[in-house]
Amino acid sequence: MASIWEYANPKKFIATTDKLLPWVSALAVATLVSGLIWGFFFTPEDYKQGSTVKIIYLHVPAALMAINAWMMMLVASLVWIVRRHHVSALAARAAAPIGAMMTMIALITGAIWGQPMWGTWWEWDPRLTSFLILFLFYLGYMALWSAIENDDTAADLTSILCLVGSVFALLSRYAVNFWNQGLHQGASLSMDKEEHVADVFYYPLLVCIAGFILLFVALVFLRTQTEIRARRTRALLARERLGQ
Amino acid sequence: MMPELGKYEVEVLSSYAVSILLIVALVVVSILRSRKARAALDEVEKRGRKHG
Repeated sequence: MASIWEYANPKKFIATTDKLLPWVSALAVATLVSGLIWGFFFTPEDYKQGSTVKIIYLHVPAALMAINAWMMMLVASLVWIVRRHHVSALAARAAAPIGAMMTMIALITGAIWGQPMWGTWWEWDPRLTSFLILFLFYLGYMALWSAIENDDTAADLTSILCLVGSVFALLSRYAVNFWNQGLHQGASLSMDKEEHVADVFYYPLLVCIAGFILLFVALVFLRTQTEIRARRTRALLARERLGQ
Repeated sequence: MMPELGKYEVEVLSSYAVSILLIVALVVVSILRSRKARAALDEVEKRGRKHG
């Protein structure tokens, strides 16, 4: 059986993801579009929140992916620190803008949803605050990669930043449980059927979550390929300069 | 076809508009960057082969 470390070879990674990318992309578009159409057009209003409940199909999957993208970056960063595989460092770099965009969607849709429900766009509530800090970590992470010329040094430093930021990624997920205060309610999804949202909202929400996950995977494949090619180009140009 | 969104129409529609815009923008930027990186690498590799 092939080892997962085979994919640490850039050529093998590109060859494999080239085959997978069209399928994952098509599945992402199909799932996301059908989930959003189901949620937007074919679900009822909530008796308390009215039609704003339709924001759940964007807000919850985006928030989930904002945290999980950082967790994926954490795993990739640890692989870089321990095994020095360039592809893993580049995959972490590739995932950061996607995670930042997911965090931005969660923050914006949360503010738009919060205004009519809570009477305010923003509150320094534990979950909201930790999410904002997570967003700032994403920006800092991307800025650090761009600021350092040497790829290996950049990968080292951003990996350390990723480890530190993981605290806030976890806080974003569990802040409600830790402090049990603030405006934000508990998790919308739970293994306990009694706790999660009603089935009529739950099933389209699951489809949207699947769509966001597939979109994330497709974009990570594409962007990691880009990072690998850009790194190879920089290396060849440096060799050219040395040869002159 | 459009569902009745009542008094929260602006909130719901703006959430969808902003989110879809951000997703489409990231996808487009990622595809353009990918094409650019592929073309740049092809060019450097071609040059390398020419000069042995």
